[in-house]
Amino acid sequence: MNFDYSDEQTSLKREARRFLEARCPGAAVHELSNDGDRSYDRALWTGIAELGWLGAAIPESYGGSGIGYIELCAIAEELGRVLAPVPVASTLYFFVEALLRGGSPAQRSHWLPRAAAGRVIGCLATSEGPGGIGARPLAASVEGGRLTGVKIPVTDGDVADAAIVLAAEAGGPGLYIVELEQPTVKRERLASLDATRGIARLSFSAAPAERLGAPGEGRRLLEEVNYRAAVLLAFEQLGGADRCLEAARDYALQRYAFGRQVGANQAIKHRLADMYVKNELARSTAYYAAWALNTNATELPAAAAAARLAASDAFNFASRENIQIHGGMGFTREADAHLYFRRARQLSLVAGSLASWGESLVCALSRRFPRMEHSTAAEV
Amino acid sequence: MDFADSPEEAAYRERVRVWLDEHAPRHSVRGANCAPLAEAERLQAARAWQRQKASAGYARVTWPVEWGGGGGTAMQQAIFNQEELRYDVPRGFFGIGLGMCLPTLMKFADADTLRRFVGPALRGEEIWCQLFSEPSAGSDLAGVRTRAVRRGESEWCVNGQKTWTTGAHYADFGLLLARTDASVPKHAGLTMFWIDMKTPGIEVRPIHQMSGGSDFNEVYLSDVLVPDKQRLGGVGNGWKVSLVTLMNERAEGSKDRGPSTEQILELARSVPLGSGCVLDDSDFRQRLASWYVLGEGLRLTRLRTLTALSRGQTPGPESSIGKLVAANRLQELTGQLIDCQGEFGIVSGAPYALSGGSIHEDYLRAPGLRIAGGTDEILKNIIAERVLGLPGDIGVDKNVAFEDLPKGI
Repeated sequence: MNFDYSDEQTSLKREARRFLEARCPGAAVHELSNDGDRSYDRALWTGIAELGWLGAAIPESYGGSGIGYIELCAIAEELGRVLAPVPVASTLYFFVEALLRGGSPAQRSHWLPRAAAGRVIGCLATSEGPGGIGARPLAASVEGGRLTGVKIPVTDGDVADAAIVLAAEAGGPGLYIVELEQPTVKRERLASLDATRGIARLSFSAAPAERLGAPGEGRRLLEEVNYRAAVLLAFEQLGGADRCLEAARDYALQRYAFGRQVGANQAIKHRLADMYVKNELARSTAYYAAWALNTNATELPAAAAAARLAASDAFNFASRENIQIHGGMGFTREADAHLYFRRARQLSLVAGSLASWGESLVCALSRRFPRMEHSTAAEV
Repeated sequence: MDFADSPEEAAYRERVRVWLDEHAPRHSVRGANCAPLAEAERLQAARAWQRQKASAGYARVTWPVEWGGGGGTAMQQAIFNQEELRYDVPRGFFGIGLGMCLPTLMKFADADTLRRFVGPALRGEEIWCQLFSEPSAGSDLAGVRTRAVRRGESEWCVNGQKTWTTGAHYADFGLLLARTDASVPKHAGLTMFWIDMKTPGIEVRPIHQMSGGSDFNEVYLSDVLVPDKQRLGGVGNGWKVSLVTLMNERAEGSKDRGPSTEQILELARSVPLGSGCVLDDSDFRQRLASWYVLGEGLRLTRLRTLTALSRGQTPGPESSIGKLVAANRLQELTGQLIDCQGEFGIVSGAPYALSGGSIHEDYLRAPGLRIAGGTDEILKNIIAERVLGLPGDIGVDKNVAFEDLPKGI
């Protein structure tokens, strides 16, 4: 048994960290966050593409290296650690995964080699307003290969070249691929809680749309994509949560008050211990989910949900308490802490609310342990 | 990320399975109406099973063959434990001796002493206990007040009281941490001994826990004479010796506790709510999700520890998160499982209580689990100091003679 990264994966991870620390220092993320015109770092995106990271989980036949999902998880962890402002999640975890799960050979051949080379940015457009996609009937619709409707918010919709869009058709909801640079698509950039992850409102007026998979497969396909994306997102969250814990620990060691390091106080120590415990539990569930993703195991739905819930909890908590431990410094714009605080919330919402993931997990558990034959209300 | 055994691990597992199949009954869940065996009967059964394991080298897989162990690796021990769990064999009784006391002897006792004690402990013939905690020394173990005073060259006279001594009422021998010098700071004045529990002057009284169990004892020591040759380590070196014992306590690890997911679902389905049942309640479902996530986090963290073992690494203090999380999770979930039954939740035992009353038992056990073997607060200090490298607390007692320290109850 080996429930850890292999030696090769560890050295890939180490290289990734070295590259990202050099090419994506905190100052660069701040600069981008303060720049109203840019929402991603184009040079970093190109650099990542040149290293071949974008093709890690794309098969060689479609222009990737196909080295595997564990490797992509390792990269995701490092991207999350530095808050890399690049549309990797939208492009790889959602757009590419949707094509890999539901795309025809022709659709894959068209899009995947370009995604692997960083020449296309993709995104996923499902939400139509507050409450998530289950909360209302689907308004976006497709007729005769033309898609009409409004999606809000679409993460990286401001910079993407193409979107996978959830829409209704006569045969049932489907996922459709739509090119965004055309007159039938209007995009409006929106204020994002995390300025290094841009969002847009996309409105489609009879935009040419190609369905992925058979009619009516959209929900199932979306569910599959979400499970897979949740695992990769969990690694970004884990990387971010670890960084928050380290930053808080370092600050608690450097800062003196009442004649000693603030980290000598149990109120601070126990808070840091709580962060550590959540991060370790999140790491364990994320590793297991990575295994399930890489081997396409039947455990994937429950494992992905557990990883998402644990990693969201860990990152939300660590980013929040990191600010608290930094004291007044923590809530200034100059400090990194708020960037992590914003990203943590963004990541825990982008693939659907935590409540919806909790619900999906309990559904999976109820299927695994169905009601027993003899089960009745207690007899008294 | 690979859950499969290596070829060597698989071969070992197969060997263990064959042996267990031949010697142990297959695991069966005892029915709710089946009365638990009395302790004496369980002890007798456990001794018999331990003897069988010892004769096959499975009593302690990692110990050297010349001492009756299996001469194996920590990973092999873990594999044996996993496989043994699938059988309905007697458990308990020997963990403190084999997991904590004997490893301490191995480090500090002479060859004659080891020859005398290792075999009988391994075969379950003799049981060991650990006389460490006292009424005034729990988290602050180095504050023990039990005094050992020299009497001539070759003997010590011990007076004091120990508490929370697991199994003292059936133990044959014990490790005793005592103060031999109160004029120096507390850590420096301690000495470790091994003692025969049948020595005159030792009185064992059971402690009754709030859960109804009685696993621990108070042990009173009145003019107990201990030969100097039963000293482990130097005079004044007892704290270092005790750390070896306690390090092994953490290595023993944490086990699954409380109801399984399946049992929780069963219970939630059996309690009506509105036109359905508690399992339909969205609040309950969210809580269930978080208990499951914590449970998985614990299970999978243990697998990561096992990976470290298989690579020959020693699991560090990070393994202390297991008990911390498990105890709090158990307290939270059993409280909620009782609450969700409404007023009926007050019914705590057979024949009417749901889950045969085991949820209520766990609810009453959980507060103790958060304290025994290191309180939540001490475990968090350990994580903060040893894992994260934060400074220790201000030691107001570090440079003061023990006898000059303020003492409360």
